[in-house]
Amino acid sequence: MGANGAESGFVRFDRVQKSYDGETLVVKDLNLDIARGEFMTMLGPSGSGKTTCLMMLAGFETATFGDILLGGRPINNIPPHKRGIGMVFQNYALFPHMTVGENLSFPLEVRGMGKADREAKVKRALDMVQMGAFSGRRPAQLSGGQQQRIALARALVFEPDLVLMDEPLGALDKNLRERMQYEIKHIHNNLGVTVVYVTHDQTEALTMSDKVAVFDDGKIQQLAPPDDLYERPENAFVAAFIGENNTLRGTVTRIEGDACTVKLDGKAGEVVALRVNVEGEGAKTTLSLRPERVHIAPENGRFPNTFDGRVEELIYLGDHIRVRVSLAGNDEFIVKVPNSTSGRRISVGETLRLGWAKEDCRALDPS
Amino acid sequence: MGLPPYASTGERIWYYAFRGICIAIFFFLLAPILIMIPLSFNAQPFFTFTREMLTLQPEGFSLRWYRDFLGSASWLRSIQNSFIIGAAATVLATTLGTLAALGLSRAQMPFKGLIMGILISPIIVPLIISAAGMFFFFSSVNLAQTYIGVILAHTALGVPFVVITVTATLVGFDESLTRAAASLGASPTRTFFKITMPLILPGVISGALFAFITSFDEIVIVLFVAGVEQRTIPREMWSGIREQISPTILAVATILVLLSIALLTTVELLRRRSERIRGLSPG
Repeated sequence: MGANGAESGFVRFDRVQKSYDGETLVVKDLNLDIARGEFMTMLGPSGSGKTTCLMMLAGFETATFGDILLGGRPINNIPPHKRGIGMVFQNYALFPHMTVGENLSFPLEVRGMGKADREAKVKRALDMVQMGAFSGRRPAQLSGGQQQRIALARALVFEPDLVLMDEPLGALDKNLRERMQYEIKHIHNNLGVTVVYVTHDQTEALTMSDKVAVFDDGKIQQLAPPDDLYERPENAFVAAFIGENNTLRGTVTRIEGDACTVKLDGKAGEVVALRVNVEGEGAKTTLSLRPERVHIAPENGRFPNTFDGRVEELIYLGDHIRVRVSLAGNDEFIVKVPNSTSGRRISVGETLRLGWAKEDCRALDPS
Repeated sequence: MGLPPYASTGERIWYYAFRGICIAIFFFLLAPILIMIPLSFNAQPFFTFTREMLTLQPEGFSLRWYRDFLGSASWLRSIQNSFIIGAAATVLATTLGTLAALGLSRAQMPFKGLIMGILISPIIVPLIISAAGMFFFFSSVNLAQTYIGVILAHTALGVPFVVITVTATLVGFDESLTRAAASLGASPTRTFFKITMPLILPGVISGALFAFITSFDEIVIVLFVAGVEQRTIPREMWSGIREQISPTILAVATILVLLSIALLTTVELLRRRSERIRGLSPG
């Protein structure tokens, strides 16, 4: 499964705009193709327009401008109950007056399915989420994680081609959330259903998705597979939003091929960086550098960029230690040091020599 | 709720005084109602306790006023009228009030406050003013002194209660449930009957009960709008007091008190049961 070889444009947003008050656009000129069978995540901070997009796809909001197509057909004028799209809600939205079995049976009854067929499908869906024994319970008698599974089973029981999930794991604790991420991913792989998933949790997005659309300010900032998103962010917003990120600001002084030399603000020195998103020589830029790509005490001449930093703070995190360093005028500079037996001891106040490669330091828009 | 061991003398005095006050208030509220019950078994045509009654002699008690009540065509017709008008007004008020509450709970509903105010006004405007207004209005459209007129008037009085109770229930209603139903393929009508209605039923039942009780003991509007044909129980009692002072009215009152208690208990049990079944409260 995945994007490769799949039919493209199963779901298509074509120049979609949305405004609630007729003045400010919540969604600005959105173009997005989702392939059949793909797990697409819309990731972004609250107010970025991602949930609005999901609601427009589900039919609970109408697009102010533009078309939304499902399987090549515009669905702007189709009411939600005729779209045949499964949906998992943030608060699960299980019907409290029905048992688990009745909840799952509901979409099948609506479709006029016979009793025997319904029972078979309900049983299969419950088994899929390992809730086979809970058919007679009411939602109020289930834990959050169990309700979540039922909501998932209910969205899948009528075998929709497309399932929307609106931050479905938001209310669960961390361990359960991680387990459910894998389960949802496995179900997706097994059923081959197309999933559009909305979350503000970047770990969730990176773990589960084939592709992630990073939303901010009503626009898609970057649409890419998770590894690309983390390793090759195209603008300062994505770099800062996905994962941990060190930021240095400066002015581009020279461009040579894919490299550019950046003079850091405050006369802190010069950095050779990868040219990703800079307008040209003389332009302001934001340099993005992942904490785990910074090397401590590198051999001389290995990296074009070496700086001395003063250790300000150590944070012990078990598998690694976060070292906060004051470097080139930025005292929020983070270095991750793996917690291995061979690792050297670092103490607050000491000066560390730090270096990094040109490729790991991306010159982005000034933000 | 006992006194804590560290209570001061002042707190002790207040603790017992508070209980005394509560008992006095309950006595004040209930005594006039409770006193009717023994008096209604009076063997004499008086509204006071006879010596025989006070000494608990069997001759002092009788069921004559109950026989009188059940043997009187006008009383029986008033009972029938009260139930016909009450039931019809309740059905109408509950339907209209529920629909109004559903509409008023929508986020995009314009002029919410104004419409709510208008719908609630029948219980705020002095009844005599509503009654006089209805009298003139119904007279001009030939609805005065008809069943339909009284039913419509009582519907207007009952709607506010239904709107208030159903609106209160809808405050806790999770809008994502109707969205979930739609995403599962249910049409808006199906969603209403299968999801919304069962979940707001406790509020609807409470509202219906209030609407029925309002109609059942309403007299001002009946005095203005109803004719002889539409006399309800309160109206019959009113003439009973004015025209022939007879303890029959005490028998009627006793029956009504017992009926009200039975009705309230039944509906409350029904409401709790449905609340429990709907999974809205634990248990």
